[in-house]
This record gives sequence, C-alpha cells and structure tokens, in this order.
Amino acid sequence: MSIHSQIVTDMVNNNIEFITTVPCKQLGGVIEEAENHNSIMHVPCNKEDEGMGLCAGAFMGGKRSAIIMQNTALGVTLNSLATLIQFYHIPLPMLISYRGELGEPVACQVEMALHTKALLNQMLIPTYHFHKREDAAELDKILKYTFMCNKPVAILTDATFWKGE
Amino acid sequence: MIRSDVLKSLIPVISDQFVVCNIGLPSQELHMLDDQPTNFYMLGTMGLSSSIGLGLALSQKQTIIAIDGDGSVLTNLGTLPTIGNNQADNFILLIIDNGSYGSTGDQPTYAGKKTSLTKVAEACGCDNVIECKAEDTAQVMKDAIASKKMTVIVCKCESGNIPVPNITMDQVVIRDRFMKALEAANA
Repeated sequence: MSIHSQIVTDMVNNNIEFITTVPCKQLGGVIEEAENHNSIMHVPCNKEDEGMGLCAGAFMGGKRSAIIMQNTALGVTLNSLATLIQFYHIPLPMLISYRGELGEPVACQVEMALHTKALLNQMLIPTYHFHKREDAAELDKILKYTFMCNKPVAILTDATFWKGE
Repeated sequence: MIRSDVLKSLIPVISDQFVVCNIGLPSQELHMLDDQPTNFYMLGTMGLSSSIGLGLALSQKQTIIAIDGDGSVLTNLGTLPTIGNNQADNFILLIIDNGSYGSTGDQPTYAGKKTSLTKVAEACGCDNVIECKAEDTAQVMKDAIASKKMTVIVCKCESGNIPVPNITMDQVVIRDRFMKALEAANA
C-alpha cells in the first residue's frame, strides 16, 4: 500500500468523511486518494481559514472532517483555530506539509518553517512531526486522540518523510 | 429598513429552519428576536458563516440558511467559488448588504460603493442569485426554501444598528444544542 493510500485509509477507518484541501506538491498523492475515495467527500477550498469553516460545518452536520494544507498557511488560520475550532471544541485533524525543512529547495519556505512549531506551540495545538516513513504508523492513534479530545491536532509531514528516506 | 428590521421580518419564515448567523450584531439581534436551538451563533471568526453553512449543507439533508453580511463576504470572498462549484440544493446564503461594517461602527464597505456582490456571486458560478429590496426579503426567503435549489440572496438594506445585548450563552452549549436539533431532524 502506498503511503498516500495508507494515510487516507487511516482517515476512513476513523470515520472521516469530509476533507477539504489546498493544493500542495508534497500532499498531491494524498489529495488524489481523498478525491477518488468513494466514502470521502472532497471539497477543495480557496484558503485555509475558509476550509476550517467548511470542516466545522461538516462536523456539526455529523461528518468527521479533516483539512490538508501547507504550513505556510498557518498564519491565516490562527483566528479561525482560536475563535472557531478551539472555542467551540471542534475536533480537526490538520495534515500539514512541512515545507522549509531538510531537502527544501526554496529559501523563502524556510521562513515559515521556522515559525511553524512555535505558532502551533503558542496555540496549544498538539503537534506530531512525521520525519521517517514509520512515523506514519501513529496516524491512527493521533486521529483517535483528536476525536477523543475535540481539539485541532497538527500532523507535520516533511520532505524526508515524503521521499521515504 | 435596517438589518434588524430585515431579521425581524424573517423570523416567521426562518424560526423553524437551521440558521448559521454571522458574528457580532447579526447574531445578537437574531438571539434577541428569536433564540432557538436551531440557530448557530458565531461569536467570533468574521467571514466564515457561509463556509460553515456550506459544510453543514453538504454533510446532511436539512436546509441550512447562512446569514452573512456584505463586509463578511468581502472578508472571505473565496467562499463564493466554493459555493458555486459545490452544488448543495439545501443551502441558502442570505447576504444582508447594508454597504457597511455594522458591528464596528458602520464604516463603508466596497459593496456599498462600486462592487456588486450579486454579480460577483454570479461570476463565481452560483446559479440562483437573487438581489432584492429589504422589504421583499421574507418572501424571497420563503420562495428559496420552497424551491429546494441552492440560492444566494443579496438583500439591499440601509445601514444602521439597534442596541442589543451580548450573547452570554456558552459557545459549546450553542454548538451542542444546534447539533442535537439537527441530528433529531435528520433521524
């Protein structure tokens, strides 16, 4: 099983039925899996805070939801995370491409990478970092934890993870 | 008519409907006029009423009405292509367009100047966009509910506010009672 289908299978096994995404090269395989999976409704969004609104609505409508996004967008989501997702106790797995780490070819991406964990820490968002392929074995537990505690939870996935090194 | 008059006129039509209401004065006015478990009041997060409403509509069967403002839609303009491209015939977006940011002191919005949210919504792919006068909003809403077609209503009204109390209900209670009412309706 590819890492992409392994991730989507874990999501499906945790009853996630609604996924919103903003495109990302590293997450392209997962997004394609989500799009093609018949038990997932995939609704692409134009901006990540909009996506959090969609996810909050889907959750209130009875469907567990998740967002797939880049770490560069974390800044635009802070208010939505605080005043919607955290304030109303809405569970939200955030599968995040951790651009700007080892293997990154674009210098500008490093700037948000430097702030990523600090921002997540400041927001008191439980954060997991997938660096090696075997780290993904924890995804099932991370999702169960998310829906147990009704909080946003960040899963950072870096270039080394996606290359399978 | 100002926004609170429009909301008052809508109560007989939307009282038994599932409503997501925009941050600030619109939620406070709706709460004061007709508090219901079927109302989801946004106490924060400007701009996301339409997104929450669409997520709700796409994930279950009941009709969802999202009440938004021109300023909030301008804040989250990316919502309109998402609505236009993800047809949910149980979704109605009501944009109360008073040409101003009411909750912050009636500063003018661009929708009150040269920008037409009606045309923007149409250009974004929303098929049923109806611009109406404030006094016609209740009838337009009634027809939209009956049509069972995704509809965007742009209600043009005057700018202005009335004194309203803050919502002191716990936010998790607001969310929980809304979800329970929705689950019961879908059972």
